[in-house]
Order: sequence, then C-alpha cells, then structure tokens
Amino acid sequence: MKILVCISNVPDTTTKVKFVENNTKLDTNGIQWVINPWDELSLTRALELKDDSSTGITSVTVAHVGEASSEPTIRKALAIGADNAIRVNGEPVDAYYVAAQLSEAVKNENFDIILCGIESSDHNGSTVGGMISEFLDIASVSAVSSLSIENGEAVISREIDGGKEILTVPVPFVAVVQKGIAKEPRIAAMRGIMMARSKPVKVVEPIAVDPLTSVEAFEMPETRAACKFIDPATAGDLIDILQNEAKVI
Amino acid sequence: MSVLIYTENWDGKFKKLSFELISYGSKIAEMLNTKAIALSTGNVDDDELKKLGNYGASGILSVNSNNLNVLDNRTFVKVISDIAVKENAKVVLLANNNTGKALAPGLSVRLKAGVGAGVSKLPVSLDPFTVFKRVFSGNAYARVVLNTDIRIITLAQNSFDLTETDNNASINKLDPGVDGSVVATQVKETRKQEGKLLLTDAEIVVSGGRGMKSPDNWGPLTELADLLGGATACSRPVSDEGWRPHEEHTGQTGKIIAPNLYIAIGISGATQHLAGVSSSKYIVAVNSDKDAPIFEAAQYGIVGDAMKVLPKLVEAAKNTRGK
Ligand SMILES: Cc1cc2nc3c(=O)[nH]c(=O)nc-3n(C[C@H](O)[C@H](O)[C@H](O)COP(=O)(O)OP(=O)(O)OC[C@H]3O[C@@H](n4cnc5c(N)ncnc54)[C@H](O)[C@@H]3O)c2cc1C
Repeated sequence: MKILVCISNVPDTTTKVKFVENNTKLDTNGIQWVINPWDELSLTRALELKDDSSTGITSVTVAHVGEASSEPTIRKALAIGADNAIRVNGEPVDAYYVAAQLSEAVKNENFDIILCGIESSDHNGSTVGGMISEFLDIASVSAVSSLSIENGEAVISREIDGGKEILTVPVPFVAVVQKGIAKEPRIAAMRGIMMARSKPVKVVEPIAVDPLTSVEAFEMPETRAACKFIDPATAGDLIDILQNEAKVI
Repeated sequence: MSVLIYTENWDGKFKKLSFELISYGSKIAEMLNTKAIALSTGNVDDDELKKLGNYGASGILSVNSNNLNVLDNRTFVKVISDIAVKENAKVVLLANNNTGKALAPGLSVRLKAGVGAGVSKLPVSLDPFTVFKRVFSGNAYARVVLNTDIRIITLAQNSFDLTETDNNASINKLDPGVDGSVVATQVKETRKQEGKLLLTDAEIVVSGGRGMKSPDNWGPLTELADLLGGATACSRPVSDEGWRPHEEHTGQTGKIIAPNLYIAIGISGATQHLAGVSSSKYIVAVNSDKDAPIFEAAQYGIVGDAMKVLPKLVEAAKNTRGK
C-alpha cells in the first residue's frame, strides 16, 4: 500500500506575523518556514507504519502546492524519510485551489491512504483534506487521532465530543489527522539529509482552477487592556472582582 | 432563497452550540431578507426539534435514516448538499467543531461554495460576501471574501450570543433515501466519558501548566473549577508528561476554546498555548514570574506561587458559593 502525505509550509509557530501592501499580504521578511505541525506528525505516522513490515506499506510520498521557494520544506520532508515528492508549481491561493491541484496531481497514482492535517497554522481552514476526498471520489475520515493497519485493514480512532470512536474504512481514503496521530515529530538525521538530495521530486504545472475565496485584508487582534495585578497576600479578592467587576462568574 | 443551518445533536439532544448557530444563521437570513431553515439529522423528538424555533429558525427539517446513524462524511455531505440545492440555500452554516470541519469541505466542492472557517462575527459585508475569521492561529484576523453564489460558514463555538425569538417554526420530516452501500465508515466501538463537562462547551475553564510542579498538586485546581462550575484544561507539556489527560490539552495543537473566563495557573503563555485560548473573553493568570508572557494576554494577574494562591482562591470561591 502507498501513503501520500500532503504538506503545507507555514511560518514557524512562534512568528509574530506582520502584513504589508495595505495589510493584504504577509510580510515574509525574516520568516522561518516550517512544515505545518500537523503534517509533520502525519509524515511521522506514515513513516512509522512503513517501518513496520506487517502493515504492507511500501512507500511514503509527500505532495505540496507551492512555488520553487518552498523546495526547502519538501527537502526537509524527504530528509525526515519520505521516499519521493510531488510539487505542484503554483501559488497556493486558497484551500479549494490547493485541494484541486493536489487531487489532479495524484488522481492516477493510486494512493491507498492520503493524510492531511486538521488545519494549516496560517489560514486555519481545516478544509483541504475533505475537499480532496470529494474531488477524488473516495471516503474521508476527520479528527483522526490514531491510525494503524491490522490484517491489511485500516483501523482509525476518531475524536468525537467527549470521547472517541474506533472505526474501519476501506482503502482508498483520506484521513484528516489531529493530536495523537504521532507522539513527537520525527527529526531528520544527517544520513537522511544527505539522502534527501538525490530523492526524486516530480514538479507538475498547475491546472486552471478559480479559487473560491480571497483575502481582502488582514487585521491584528485588538490589544487587550493592561493586566491588573492583585496582591498575592489577598489573592481571594480575585473571586470578588470576577464576580462583581468582570461579571463572569 | 434560504440560509440552511446544520444542527448536530448528541443522543437526540441539542446543545447551546446548536442554538448559537441558529441565532447566528437567523441574523444572516434577516440581513439577506430570507428565511433560516434548521436541518437536523438522526433521531430527535418533536419537543427537542421545536426548540430550534426559539432562536429564529422558521423551518425545521428533520432527516432520518438508519444510514445516518454513524457520521460517514460523504453520505452526510450528499444529504446536506441535496437539501441545500432544493432549498436554494445561499448560505450553509455549520459549527466549527469536529463534525462541521468534517463536512464543510465536501459541501464546498459539491456546491462550489467558498468556505469561511472559524468565523466569529456576522459577515462584515454582503456584497461582496465577506467574513471575519481568525488566521495564523489567532495571531491575526482576516476579512475573507467568499466569491461564490453559495457560501459556507463554520461558526466558532461560544462566539455569538443567543437571541430568543417568537417560535413560528414548522417541522417537516424527510426520508433522504440514502443508499446504504455508499456508507464507508464502520464504527466498531464508541468510548464516551459520561457526565463530564466538555472543555469546548465550558464557559469557565481553570487550566494548569508546568508551574503546577507535579500531577499530585491538581487537587485545589480541580476544586476551584468545580466550585466555579467550570472545566479543567492544561498546557501541552502537562498532557505530554501524562500529568493530565490529552483531552485537556489546549493550544495550537490541542483544543481551541473561547470560554468567558480562562484561569491559567503556572502557564508561561507561549504563543502556541495562547493560540488556543486567546479568544477567551477574560484571561486570568497566576504565575510566580512577573515577566511571564501570559500577563500580556491577561486582564487580571497574580504574581505568586500557585500552591499558595490556589487555596486562597478556593476559599474565596467557597465563600461566594456559600452565599
Ligand atoms: C509546533 C508546536 C506546537 C505547540 N503546541 C502547543 C499547544 O497546543 N499548547 C501548549 O500549551 N503548548 C504548545 N507548544 C509548547 C509551547 O511552546 C510551550 O512550551 C508550552 O506551552 C509551555 O507550557 P507551560 O506554560 O505549562 O510550561 P513552561 O513554559 O515551563 O512554564 C511554566 C510556567 O510556570 C511558572 N511557574 C513555575 N513555578 C511556579 C509556581 N510555583 N507557581 C506559579 N507559577 C509557576 C513559570 O514562571 C512559567 O511561566 C507547542 C510548541 C510547538 C513547537
């Protein structure tokens, strides 16, 4: 079986974002780009499954929509252990565009399991995985917190409000993953970094797709009023303040 | 024309979240000069369905079929999108929770409808249809134009106040005729924690970080949460260490919540933690380090040792509750 991991590259999660061109574009100056945290965990889980020969997973491919500038993110995924990569050479303008491009690029590749993260930490859309399932006309499961292969069958746990469900779904399918899918992201070792240089990256040109949404402008969050400090000796006063001043309890 | 609101139920009951959606959806319907239709799937009795009318839904559609007992994304997407077309929906509204996130993307492709995900306010403009949503994990917001004839919105939980209205709703039952052979998801087992207030539903949350020092120290923190009628949460290292269960992990990679009150105890306030809690209406911090970044996000703070401060808070909460 073959696994595809869709990866997005996003600003490092500690970035203090700023915007330019009348707040319509992200100021990319000085930004450190990383693999979206969820995608890093998906990749880790895919590689763990491949390491276990009983799963029958034979290859792990990563796919990404982005211009040549995002090549380092792809190389990083290859260094972590992906076997090969597909890059659709287009600017990822919205989730629909990205999902349509990824679907087109992989529709004849017969992947059995397609992993996407629950969201990318930039646009927080939670939509690409579910869209791919619809484009490719295959099943999808969302909020996946564990994935294993037992006797050739995919066994998934899915988070529901206040609990979880253990379920199975026949391949091919898209799994949209969240916390729990892997414990710690796998880190590239020196050997992996060397090997990544010679791993194949297939670059495909985008098809014509009209995005469905566009960002008109970004805004910074409202600044909160300065913190009011309460003397720790009379800490109990806080409860009174929350009750009578803030009126939240 | 209509605004179609997908309302989820939990064992046949709606939650505040469902009523928030209806309140929000009816406001949009009013802005668009049209009606709000609530769609419910599965087994919900008439008394419960009727409640949706209290928040402005003028039509209630109840769809039932054995093939809708388990959430199979594509089956649900097909049912909802067929109804959206039939009702000439211009806006399809879902919650930005597990279910909404599972269904919105499929609906987007089927209906060729732009998605505004995690929206927290009414649309800022109708023409072009523009929504306001959090981006960069709460470090910024964006006005996003949905350039399509039909638009999908997923509403952030606890971001919109309930508005009660006269109830004029009529209930219509529909058998969607789902073909069981397309249901791919086979649920083998369901594990539920009964009777616990869910973190995402809670209006008050008391949360502990590494500054709590040891899992053995959580007693007064849980007691405070109980006294205030709230839920407990924690930072990521705390759940990674196994001090607290994973469901309590809040932040970028955990749960994203927006309670009215978030009390952070022994939490430094890393960007990734704030990403999950910055939409809280009030943030209160207790931390021994006066320079901890959490104080920049908090409206009220106490600089002190958690183990000394917590008992005082518990004591004071007992006194108020006693009154
Ligand atoms: C990709 C990525 C995703 C992440 N996602 C998340 C996430 O979702 N959620 C999350 O929480 N973190 C996340 N993190 C981790 C985050 O960066 C921080 O490391 C984490 O939030 C710190 O947890 P903490 O505040 O409990 O611990 P610390 O940073 O160790 O802070 C402990 C605090 O307790 C205070 N303290 C110590 N002793 C006492 C005392 N006796 N009384 C009172 N206060 C005391 C200290 O002053 C300090 O401020 C993520 C990191 C990365 C890289």
